[in-house]
Amino acid sequence: MLPYAMDTDLSSQDRKDLDKFIKFFALKTVQVIVQARLGEKICTRSSSSPTGSDWFNLAIKDIPEVTHEAKKALAGQLPAVGRSMCVEISLKTSEGDSMELEIWCLEMNEKCDKEIKVSYTVYNRLSLLLKSLLAITRVTPAYRLSRKQGHEYVILYRIYFGEVQLSGLGEGFQTVRVGTVGTPVGTITLSCAYRINLAFMSTRQFERTPPIMGIIIDHFVDRPYPSSSPMHPCNYRAGEDNGAVYPSVEDSQEVCTTSFSTSPPSQCVFTVTKTHFQTPPPVVTDTLKVPVMGLAFSHQPAALGVGSADMGYPVLFAGGLNAAHPHQLIGPGKEGGVPPIPSQPAHGTQADQERMCTPLDGVHYSAATPSSSEDTETVSNSSEGKCGSPHDLLETIFIRKVGAFVNKPINQVTMANLDIPFAMFAPKNVELEDNDPMVNPPDSPETESPLQGSLHSEGSSGSSTGNTHDDFVMIDFKPAFSKDDILPMDLGTFYREFQNPPQLSSLSIDIGAQSMAEDLDSLPEKLAVHEKNVKEFDAFVETLQ
Amino acid sequence: PCRTCCRAPPGAAAAMNCRAEVLEVSVEGRQVEEAMLAVLHTVLLHRSTGKFHYKKEGTYSIGTVGTQDVDCDFIDFAYVRVSSEELDRALRKAVGEFKDALRSSGSDGMGQISLEFYQKKKSRWPFSDECIPWELWTIKVNVVNLANEQERQICREKVGEKLCEKIINIVEVMNRHEYLPKMPTQSEVDNVFDTSLKDVQPYLYKISYQITDSLGTSVTTTMRRLIKDTLAL
Repeated sequence: MLPYAMDTDLSSQDRKDLDKFIKFFALKTVQVIVQARLGEKICTRSSSSPTGSDWFNLAIKDIPEVTHEAKKALAGQLPAVGRSMCVEISLKTSEGDSMELEIWCLEMNEKCDKEIKVSYTVYNRLSLLLKSLLAITRVTPAYRLSRKQGHEYVILYRIYFGEVQLSGLGEGFQTVRVGTVGTPVGTITLSCAYRINLAFMSTRQFERTPPIMGIIIDHFVDRPYPSSSPMHPCNYRAGEDNGAVYPSVEDSQEVCTTSFSTSPPSQCVFTVTKTHFQTPPPVVTDTLKVPVMGLAFSHQPAALGVGSADMGYPVLFAGGLNAAHPHQLIGPGKEGGVPPIPSQPAHGTQADQERMCTPLDGVHYSAATPSSSEDTETVSNSSEGKCGSPHDLLETIFIRKVGAFVNKPINQVTMANLDIPFAMFAPKNVELEDNDPMVNPPDSPETESPLQGSLHSEGSSGSSTGNTHDDFVMIDFKPAFSKDDILPMDLGTFYREFQNPPQLSSLSIDIGAQSMAEDLDSLPEKLAVHEKNVKEFDAFVETLQ
Repeated sequence: PCRTCCRAPPGAAAAMNCRAEVLEVSVEGRQVEEAMLAVLHTVLLHRSTGKFHYKKEGTYSIGTVGTQDVDCDFIDFAYVRVSSEELDRALRKAVGEFKDALRSSGSDGMGQISLEFYQKKKSRWPFSDECIPWELWTIKVNVVNLANEQERQICREKVGEKLCEKIINIVEVMNRHEYLPKMPTQSEVDNVFDTSLKDVQPYLYKISYQITDSLGTSVTTTMRRLIKDTLAL
């Protein structure tokens, strides 16, 4: 099978063994790399009694889909000179921008070590090389990025076989060699080429959403080679973790509560992002990671009028955010955590972003889940931990996330390439999107902005104002949770009531003018007082440092 | 397993065939433990195998080594270690002592911790067995004091980056495939490997440390032997 000129020194048994070692080494290499980019901590147990099935004496789990992809890419061949096995790790944002982060290459060169013993030394050295790979995969910049994936971006992998393509890594990429193992038929080399532009972005910057868009766009590279193999999200989990789906629902409630806090918007947003999405949601939601991605938070919380003090924030924050993030969507990607943006004409930039965040609709859930009832009871019950049938929940999550897509092309590209477990629920892009409130928001406040149009996929809504709403279905907003039996008011009512608060009296012109005159008069007094207390202020500032 | 203390042959540290690697890190006080553990665990990951099970014909089978990710609390860094609680405890004990010694020495906070892999060579009575080192890893530590939270945050990231470099260095050394003790027969296995752990089998190793006082001379040298009887069992 391998075109080696001189292999007469190698016994046929050794040769067979060697081929087998190389094949399984390649498969294990892929497993280690992909598992290291899943975004979670890996833990396997040591076992003193050999099970006979742990290749290279290392406990490395085999994720079936990954093995399948690797075998598909290898197509029965083994790495050889000029034919390398490459695992490409890339990042894809909610916008659909993608960027190659790393290419891991398993190569073979012609330098042979005839003296080496296959069944013993080569095997042990391959084992050592895998250990090195385990260590090195935690050390490249992509590791930290992958640990924080799930919300604004996802990490994808692609396996290909053939020539190494490094052009997508941008300029100045760095290489790290994991190791080499000499064999009688050639030297196996394992290395990683990684993009370093990211090195300037600490992972914190990925949590603060504003910079990310600018940077990603700068580095957006048109793929010179069309993907010969599809990209896959690095969030596969073996099927046994079905039980883990449910906790994610609980998380969403916390998400919502946090988003209502009176803390400054930046803290709000990022706290939620950080605390609740450090571990990516499991199983089905994972498989749909590509569609899901990038349901970033916007700074709605402060704008809900929770405290008058907070009213100040949205303007400032929105201003900055709007420029950088016209496409920010609210949505934890879980049950119901989506407050609608209040329409506040006074806050101009705020208004621009309102329409992006149409709440994830309860009825929409039920439409997609045949077995659930008309309203959101199923969903809200689930969110309280009383899960309906697992299937309902999974389907619900699936559909909502798909619905949260704004960009149709993403849907098509990624969905087509994914092995979707619930394929029958996959949206036929046309029919669902029309009914999808995320894509075609219900027509309400008149202050629509041109931005709205840009937020929606070209296929579905197109223009910015009312015309597109012809296709829309007016759907009653029913939040998926927090139905309060005591008060007649539920969250939805709350939102609606507070969507149009009256304008601040201090901002109305005539009253404003009066009070301004008063303010001006009292200024000298206030200044005098402050000057008197200068020492106190200074001491206070000292303690802060 | 041999319980008597090994007598080091003269000039052990400079013994032939012992390769020595030195790594240097500057860390804040609270980062010392995690940084040391990261390096030591990474080295031991490469220097541990599964448990050997010898069979009648003189062949042996090898157990499976599991691994797990460890996140550092005070450093923006994560590393992989062998899944063995015993081994982790042993390392933590040694690193803890090193950290305490650093702190209490009152020096500028400079010291080094060494991980030495050795082989035992049996000698006849009355001589005790010889310990022949074949690989020595030394981590030189410089403890810095930081003034405020902002500096600490920068330090978290910087030390994380430095440790990434150290891991790459370690892997480079491991990849050279230089001298490793021959795989032993059943009777010799305790001269090469530490067989006292129940789930993994590292090469025989010992950890020692030195604290440097402000004059640059080494004040204390502590030899610790980490085999079964030094663990609290």
